Amino acid sequence: MDKIIGTSGALPFTTGDAILELSYLLAALLFVYGLKLLSHPETARKGNFYAAGGMVLAMATTLLLHKNNLHESIPLTNAIIIVISIAVGTVIGWIMARRVKMTAMPQMVSFFNATGGAASALVALLEFPKANMGNTGSVLVTLLGLIIGSIAFSGSMIAYGKLDGKVGDIRSKNMKYVNMLLLAVTVALMLFMMFSGHAPEELNWHIYLLFGLSLLYGVLFVMPIGGADMPVVISLLNSFTGIAAAMAGFIYNNEAMILGGILVGAAGSILTVLMCKAMNRSLLNVIVGAFGGSASGETQAEGTMKEITLSDASILLAYSQNVVIIPGYGMAVAQAQHACRELDKLLESRGVTVRYAIHPVAGRMPGHMNVLLAEADVPYNKLIEMDDINPDMPNTDVAVVIGANDVVNPAAINDPGSPIAGMPIIHAHEARNIIVMKRGRGKGYAGIENTLFFDSKTRLLFGNAKDSLHNLINEIKNL
Amino acid sequence: MEQILIYFYTYKEAIFIIALSVFLGIEVISHVPSVLHTPLMSGANAISGVIIVGGIILVGHANTGRISEELILGILAVILGTLNVAGGFVVTDRMLEMFKKKKK
Repeated sequence: MDKIIGTSGALPFTTGDAILELSYLLAALLFVYGLKLLSHPETARKGNFYAAGGMVLAMATTLLLHKNNLHESIPLTNAIIIVISIAVGTVIGWIMARRVKMTAMPQMVSFFNATGGAASALVALLEFPKANMGNTGSVLVTLLGLIIGSIAFSGSMIAYGKLDGKVGDIRSKNMKYVNMLLLAVTVALMLFMMFSGHAPEELNWHIYLLFGLSLLYGVLFVMPIGGADMPVVISLLNSFTGIAAAMAGFIYNNEAMILGGILVGAAGSILTVLMCKAMNRSLLNVIVGAFGGSASGETQAEGTMKEITLSDASILLAYSQNVVIIPGYGMAVAQAQHACRELDKLLESRGVTVRYAIHPVAGRMPGHMNVLLAEADVPYNKLIEMDDINPDMPNTDVAVVIGANDVVNPAAINDPGSPIAGMPIIHAHEARNIIVMKRGRGKGYAGIENTLFFDSKTRLLFGNAKDSLHNLINEIKNL
Repeated sequence: MEQILIYFYTYKEAIFIIALSVFLGIEVISHVPSVLHTPLMSGANAISGVIIVGGIILVGHANTGRISEELILGILAVILGTLNVAGGFVVTDRMLEMFKKKKK
């Protein structure tokens, strides 16, 4: 493997070097192909497997064949340390990923994103002392890797905390100015380090200051953003982690890292934009945080909320023909997906057509509802996307809203002054009857009154969604 | 102006890779049904764990003769990177497993 077989740009290279580069090419192709397969339901699982294969390949060949600038391979002691570290990481990651409940999936993804960001930041931090200050391009990627990786880490940890209910929102009018100032200081420090002409040793405390500032920025960046916008934030931070990894790839001149990182960066950005579009908001709007509790809009709820008894609800459902279930985050919180499927089966056995209307941003992650309902064995073809179900809503006998709020709020259509004006919604209000399962009389995440709940066709069933569903199932069985 | 051209030429290969990968990433993702957004995000997140390769290189050539900042933080980077990779792929697989099950 160490036989020199040629030269490239006056540098000799060996068989091992060539094989290593070849394996990186293969890994990069597996990432691309894996991501491609991941975007079709039929092939998604295979795609994930391919991408993982690419990763294992790149890790193994790096360990076996990588040489530093002095043409030294990785010594055995180091290799053993690395293998042990990888084993530790794999076991912990595996156990966490296996144990996590499906409802806690979004925060789990956010947590894993944080660890990737932290790894990028650490690599950049440790590579900085070796940087060649004359090469501004290489210094730039190192510092950017540190900044972006740190923001991804601390931001994702805050997002994780918020989704897990451990961290609340902190909002203040001046926050955005503080954030802008902090970002400006961070960038200024980075530019100073690049062009000061000092050697890396002389910038020892600067690099830690930069690390600290970036971590702080990540915290303050996510802090004011409301829980409902977390999916967008996680997707954005995910693309940050990708970019940070790519920056580290430039430090090592490693094409697998560059391509994999940029690929994730681009894909993450596109996903972020798609999600923003689904809410009809700009990314800037999400980041600055327009969902303030104070924004009330002009909508004043007219009428009163009318409750429905279990027996009335069961009769209404059992003797209708066409039922559409609209799930939201409340269903995820109550873990009501299995009960929901049970109700659906029971109704189907009585000849009722039951379908699910899925809003693209229902839940705390795009596709969150699909994942939950899939867990409860709801067939794929019963999950109907918003644009396809809306034309059918006027012909729907009963729309059952389970723990959803803002995504069915007619204010988005009727009230131009509403903070969610223009956001596409599921037209639950057009159904002949509406049953809303809700824990209490509170407002949704956007903090605005939902006129649907006061509609004359709407009846409310208060209580935990899972309990309500179980009671409803028993009632229908006794009919 | 000249300065920009010099920069471009010096880093032309990197710039080519960035430009093409961005295009590729956008192209691959654009036609995804919203059903798959979560698994896709999770899968992409696992791929961003490719930083682990950097961690391996870093620890691989670190001096193991004495306990240094580089060694300890490097090991931490490898562990965290592996967490991202292993956890990310396993979580994604778990999500996709459920899609498969109901298709029967």
